Formats: sequence, structure tokens, C-alpha cells
Amino acid sequence: MNRKTALIAVSSIAFAAASGAFAETLTIATVNNGDMIRMQGYTDDFTAKTGHEVEWVTLEENVLRQRVTTDITTKGGAFDIMTIGMYETPIWGANGWLVSLDDLSAEYDADDILPAMRGGLSHDGTMYAAPFYGESSMIMYRTDLVEAAGMSMPDAPTWDEVAALARAMTDKDNDIYGICLRGKAGWGENMAFLTATSNAFGARWFDENWNAQFDQPAWKETLSFYIDLMNDAGPPGASTNGFNENLSLFQQGKCGMWIDATVAASFVTNPDDSTVADKVGFALAPDNGLGPRGNWLWAWALGIPAGTQNEAAAKQFVEWATSKDYIELVAAKEGWANVPPGARSSLYENPNYADVPFAKMTLESILSADPNNPTVDPVPYVGVQFAAIPEFAGIASQVGQEFSAALAGQQTVDEALAKAQALTMEEMEAAGY
Amino acid sequence: MARTVTTQRKSINTLAAWSVGLLIFFPILWTILTSFKSEATAIADPPVFLAFDWTMENYSAVFERSNYMRFLWNSVVIAGGSTLLGIIIAVPAAWSMAFVPSKRTKDILLWMLSTKMLPAVGVLYPIYLIFIKLGLLDTKVGLTIVLMLINLPIIVWMLYTYFREIPGEILEAARMDGATLREEIFYVLTPMAIPGIASTVLLNVILAWNEAFWTLNLTAAKAAPLTAFIASYSSPEGLFYAKLSAASTMAIAPILILGWFSQKQLVSGLTFGAVK
Amino acid sequence: MATQHSRSAARLMMAPAVILLLGWMLVPLAMTLLFSFKKYLPLRGGDLGWVGFDNYVRFVTSSAFWPSILTTLIIVGGVLIITVVFGVLLAILLNQPMWGQGIVRILVIAPFFVMPTVSALVWKNMFMDPVNGLFAHLWKLFGAVPVEWLSQASMTSIIIIVSWQWLPFATLILLTAIQSLDSEQLEAAEMDGAPPLARFGFITLPHLGRALTIVILIQTIFLLAIFAEIFVTTGGAFGTRTLSYLIFQRVLESQNIGLGSAGGIYAVILANIIAVFLMRIVGKNLD
Repeated sequence: MNRKTALIAVSSIAFAAASGAFAETLTIATVNNGDMIRMQGYTDDFTAKTGHEVEWVTLEENVLRQRVTTDITTKGGAFDIMTIGMYETPIWGANGWLVSLDDLSAEYDADDILPAMRGGLSHDGTMYAAPFYGESSMIMYRTDLVEAAGMSMPDAPTWDEVAALARAMTDKDNDIYGICLRGKAGWGENMAFLTATSNAFGARWFDENWNAQFDQPAWKETLSFYIDLMNDAGPPGASTNGFNENLSLFQQGKCGMWIDATVAASFVTNPDDSTVADKVGFALAPDNGLGPRGNWLWAWALGIPAGTQNEAAAKQFVEWATSKDYIELVAAKEGWANVPPGARSSLYENPNYADVPFAKMTLESILSADPNNPTVDPVPYVGVQFAAIPEFAGIASQVGQEFSAALAGQQTVDEALAKAQALTMEEMEAAGY
Repeated sequence: MARTVTTQRKSINTLAAWSVGLLIFFPILWTILTSFKSEATAIADPPVFLAFDWTMENYSAVFERSNYMRFLWNSVVIAGGSTLLGIIIAVPAAWSMAFVPSKRTKDILLWMLSTKMLPAVGVLYPIYLIFIKLGLLDTKVGLTIVLMLINLPIIVWMLYTYFREIPGEILEAARMDGATLREEIFYVLTPMAIPGIASTVLLNVILAWNEAFWTLNLTAAKAAPLTAFIASYSSPEGLFYAKLSAASTMAIAPILILGWFSQKQLVSGLTFGAVK
Repeated sequence: MATQHSRSAARLMMAPAVILLLGWMLVPLAMTLLFSFKKYLPLRGGDLGWVGFDNYVRFVTSSAFWPSILTTLIIVGGVLIITVVFGVLLAILLNQPMWGQGIVRILVIAPFFVMPTVSALVWKNMFMDPVNGLFAHLWKLFGAVPVEWLSQASMTSIIIIVSWQWLPFATLILLTAIQSLDSEQLEAAEMDGAPPLARFGFITLPHLGRALTIVILIQTIFLLAIFAEIFVTTGGAFGTRTLSYLIFQRVLESQNIGLGSAGGIYAVILANIIAVFLMRIVGKNLD
């Protein structure tokens, strides 16, 4: 260990001296997801290559959002790089708060980034954040339980098929719940799932004149279907389960199926953490015969706040972390199943990655998500599981609390929708629509 | 004259008090125990209490991932610094309130306490802007000042109640002997109030150590204390009970140990003037 | 004893503390006041001009406003009742002769040293989780269906968590007060044949009046500001949105600084109402 750091130190001094570059210290805010924590472990590799040091600020997702948003809106300059998503990037980019990433080096090969990801992280054709990993959503299911139920899971199921299967797999006496879905309130938690799912049911957030649509039958159908299904086949306490809670339940073998982010596939198939690693199958998120599937599109990306003192070094870091070389590095050290997925086309052309069981379904899910035409009826916004307007996060967090309370049985579907409609109108009016 | 207590009664008292004590302490005990389990054991059904393979793997994982010593050092500096600064400012104020009271003393005291009722979230934006202007963002100095200001009312009040219990005649005697005001405060009053100051210091170190809004929102990497350390272990992906427990234990252990060693001072001194 | 000289010296010595706190209060307050009269949306270009009392009207007419006030009062009140009642009982118990008193006292005060974030995380995940929590295991042991604490009994859960943190504080202060009680008085009453309950009601409780006032005052100040416990556990869902959480949602989640600032001013008003109310009670008891 000591020898390793010493070696790295020596080589980085040599490198810095050779290139004549000053060594900077970058402060990077990131979320405590598995892939980012893995990235922190490889910081030494970056330092060895460029001579720059890195200070990590690793925070839980909600705290991170609160922290970076405060800093960017006040131009606080506390961070050189921020980990942000597909929702923030275009809004911040439009405000001129992020450094354009269109001038990254040729060997970085920005054209290799999946067009869906690049599009979602751009504003007016300029990319403002580089995807570290990208995801859609899909069904992860227990092949053994499906078999035991004497049924089968199609590759592209409908919601009715999924619901029937979920109810058949449920065995509450033995702590087996047919379906685990997000219920925890939050725009990035239950509302991501429900907004995406509502697309399949023909619902939408706003009509073309920005009128809230929670009073329409399609939303009622979505929410009733979801709550009925969760009551019959969901785990207890579902209204406080988010991504992490469901992941933990699935890894413990308590879920028959789970519809969530495609990145979860590598966690549930990792035998170190998952008790059901060899019994997981994958399918596209269900549709309802209307066209759209309830699968979203998201990327965790690295953006550089405008005005940072260390812009050049920050760009070097962004290139390093989202490069093909980084993927190779992780693959060499920890196997192909653990590389950050969903960001680059070349990964899916790589024959080594084709052997990974969830690779094909992940790519298909990402490719089938369409943020520009997410719904059955036309909408004025972009985004599958969100509407890319600044007000969305605030509104959806509150709507999410109403839906979560409905799932917990504290109010009816109609009450929840009426409140959602009222508060959405209220907030949109406050914002001046 | 103390009553003679039957052994039987003492036994019942002991049993009752220990049961209640252990019940109250149990969440902490459980966290510490869980920190030595593997992630799988941590969620075992039924839960295992002691008979598991004790492991240090969570601690080594946490140490490997986070620069614990830096978070710890920042916490120590910020909690200690803000308390010290607060005491220096509060001693003269409390002196004058206790020994030269005016009609408005009590109003001022209660007004000071009422500044604590401002909701921090409501003023986050203004404070953040001020911090940017003054270049205090992510500095230990900035955080020390904020935490000092937050706790100053409590410090003033506690010291005030201790000072009031000191008989004024002693000070007057000192004054007769020609002691200046400064000498009076530092050589006569302060030594007499040491127990009170000690418990004030303790309470405020605890409060500053545990403050979780400003310490999280005004720091990034350089000045982040243990509250930020915890924020990187709450609800990560996958099973996390054991690692969360290890991180929690590491975050509370220093202050828990300090509290235990000094509980006599804390217990005897924490009166806020409740005892006449 | 106070001469003119010592009076001015006293004022001088009080000045640093008063000026600092005044600054700490006034500067942010003035800025908040300023923002509250503006349409201030950072994500839509920042300062969009003056809007008069729009934000105030909007904040108070929002359907979330009155429930949030009620929630705040229920949490503060609930925690106060629990900590005071159990604090008194615990203080009396700890004052009895027993073996290992010092250790028991350490066990009882320990929760006070735990940071709010940690205690919320521990309670939420390791006790109240409906699948893996200890309570769920306990319930199942007795054949009952585990309670979904944070959704079905959200307020109770939060009050339990916060009370656990503050019970030691109440116990400590009340214990010191009980220890100062003249035991001969109690013994005399016992000799006279006064039953335990009467001894408690007529001697112990009146003696604790002052200590109780202080417990209530200090805890109210801290409880009005609780945030981490809600942020970590329910995120304001299931009817646990307090006034400060509502302000948080307006400022940070909706990024509506003007509206949030108006909410901040309302919170200051609420705090002052409570402060005046407290001063009434405390004023009597504090001399």
C-alpha cells in the first residue's frame, strides 16, 4: 500500500514535471451509489495520470441534491465537479451555470456516447454533463418463482400479464412478495416510477397548455392499478420503500419481481451481495397496449459548474471517469458485470460485455425509451419519468407524498389525485404559467 | 439522617432501574453490536444477539472509503472552537447579568434564547450568500462562528444561572481589597464557577458536535465534520445495516466516551438554575 | 451594590454577546424579509422583481400551511408530554438507593450524545423497518402483523424517536432537582402516614416546578427546529410535514426563495408567539 502510493506519487511528480502542468485539487460532489464508490477507489489512477488530487464529497442522494442545488444557484463555487442527472443538466445548462463539454479531446470519442444519453444531457445541442452511467428501467424477476407458479414471463409483457404473475408468486406466509415497486415519496423515487408507468396507461402530467392532468381518468386508472397490485402482492411498508429498500428486499429473495433501474441488474446478479444471483431473469418494462412502455431514461453524469478555478483539471477528470479506458480499468479489476453501464455504444459492441446476462435487455430498454415523445397524447415537456421544467422537482415531491399516503391507505385514490391536481395548479400558477 | 433501606427494596429498585436503563440504552447497544456483524447477519431472521462471528470488516471498509480522521478532526476543532469562543464572549455577559442586573436583564436573556427559534432552513439562502461573500464557505472558521452563535444563548444562560449562585459578598470583598473588574472576573469569579463552566462546556460540545444542518450545508470537503461523514453512509445501494452501524458507532463514539467520563460534571452541573 | 461605574462596565461586557446575536438575527432576517417580497426563482433567472404580499398570501392559503402548524405543535407537545412524564418517573427511580447507580445513569443519559441524524437512521432502519426491523421480528414472535411504523404510525414514530433523544435531558435536570429536595421533609411526611402518592403530589412535584419550567423552555426551543429526524425518516410524507419542513420544501425542493422566505417570516412569528407564551410562564418561575 505504502509502496504503491509512493510509486504513484513519484510517477505523478514525474508526469506533472514532464507536462509542465500544475497539480490541482479537485473537489467532487457525488452520490453514494455503488458505481461512484467504486470510482473513488480508482482515484489513484487518475492522480497518477494527471497529477491532480481529488477530494470527494460523497453524500446520500437527497442531501447531495440539496447541497449542489444551493451551491449552483448561488454560484458558491464549493465544488469543481458535481454529479447530476438528466433532469438538472438541461435546466442548469440553459441558465449558463455549467461548462460546455463539446470540446473534449478526440480520443475521448464523444460520438461514442449513446445518443439518448447525450441528448438528455444537452441543451440546444451542447452537452453540459458527461454520462458516468446511464439507465432505463426494466423487469427483474425470479426465474425459479415464475417456474414454481407454473407460468412464464414474456420478454415484452403487458401490465395485465405482470399483475397476474405477481399475484401468483405471492406467498406472504413465507415472506415472498410477488412484486416490489417504489412507494417512497420523492420525485426521483415513487414519482419516477409512477410517471413512467402512467405513460403506458395513457396519462400525462400536463396538456399542451400546461394544465395539470391528475383529474383525468388515465391517472386514476394508473394509481388504482398500482395500489391494488401493491396491496395484493407487494411487501409490507411499501410506501416507504425506495430503490435501495427494494434492492435489499430483492437481494434477500423476498421479491418475485422488481421493476426498477437497469443498473440494479448488476447488484442482483452479484453473488457476493445477492442470495438469488443465479435465479434472475430480465424483461422489458410492461406496456398496456397503448404504445409507450413504462421505462424511463436517466443518467448520472458529471458536470462542471461555470466559474470554477480548476476548469481544465475538472475536464480531465470528467474525461477520465467517463472514458472507455475507465470501463476497461474496472473490467480488468472487477469483471465486466461491474463496469458502469448504459453510457457508451462501444460497451455494447464489446464481445466480452455481450456475455453479461443483463446487457442485451439494458440496451433494448434504453433504446426504447423516448423522452421526446413519452406519452400517448402530446405534451409540452420533455422527459419520460419527469417533465424537464424547474418546477417539476418541487411539485412531484409533494404529489409523491400524496400518492405515498394513498398507498399506505391513509387516503383514497380520488383524494390523492384531487390534492395532486390542486397543488400542481397552485405551484404552476406561482411559477407564472 | 438517612433511612435504613431493606435489601428487598433495594433489589427491586435495582432491578427496575437496570431494566429501564438497558431499555433506553438498547438502540445504541444494538447499533454497536450490528457494526460487528456481516451484512447478511445484520438482517438475519430471527435476529442474532451475541452468537455471531464477530468481524471488523465493516470498520475496515469504512476506513478504506472515507478519511475518517479528517472528519473527526474537523468535528473536534469545530465543536471545541465554537464552545471556547462562546465561553469567552459569554463570561463577561453572564457576569454583568448576574451581578449588575437591570430591569431588562431577563428580557435580554429570553430574547437571546428566542434567536434560537429561527428556522435554519428559512435563512439558509441568506447565510449561504453571506458565506460566499466572506469566503467562509467550507472553512472551519466559518462553521465555528456559526455554531458559536447558535449556542451562545444557551452558554450565556447557563453561566448566568451559575454566577447567580455565587454570593455577591465575596466579590465585594475582593473589590474592597482593590481588585479590578478584570481581576475580579478572572481570579475570583471564574475559579468559583469552574464546575458550572465545565458543565456548560460539555453541554455545548455535545450540541455543536451533533448539529446537522449548518455543518452539512456550509461545507464541502475541507471542513466537513462527522455529520457529513454519516450522510455518505445513509441509504446507499444494497445491504447497508452493518456498515451504517459501523459508521454511526464511529461518529458517536468520541462524544459518548467524553460524556461518560465526564458524566459527574454534567449531572451535577446541568441545572440551568433549576435548583435554588 | 451597583454603581454607575459598574453599570456602564456591565453594559460594555454584555455588548459583544448582544451585538453578535443581534447581527446573527438581523442580517439574515433582513435578507429573508427582502426576498419575501420578491418573486425570486433561482432556476428561472433569480430575482424577478417585487410582488408585494403575494408570497405571504400564497404561503398561508396553501393547503399545506395549517396542517403543518398543527403537525409542529403536535410533535412539540407530544415530545414534551412524554419526556416530562417519563423524566419525572425516571428521576424518582434513579434517586432511589440501588446497586450500580452510576452505571444506570450512564445508560440513561447515553441517547443525548447521539447525533439526531444517526438516531433517526438507526430507529428507521434497524427498529421500525417493517421487514428487517427488530420491532417487526418482535411482533412476529407474538404472532402479530408487523406495524408499518413510518407510514401507518408516522407521527407516533417521530415522537418516539425525538422523545428518546430528549428524555435523558429532562431526566438529568429533574434528577438534580430531586436530589436537592430535603429528604427530612419527605421522611416526616412518611412518618405522619402520608401515602406515597400524596407525598409526591404535595412535596416532590411542587419542588420540581422550576426544573420543569426549564425543561419545557429549553426543549421547546430545540423541538421547534427539528428537521433531521423528519428528513431522514419520512421526508415529510404521511402528515409529518412541520412548518420548517414545509419551508424546506419551498426553498430547496421548489426553489422558490420568495415563497420560502415568506414562510420563514411566518415561522419567526410563530416562534415569537410561543416565546411570549413561554415568557409568561417562565417569567413567574425563573426569579
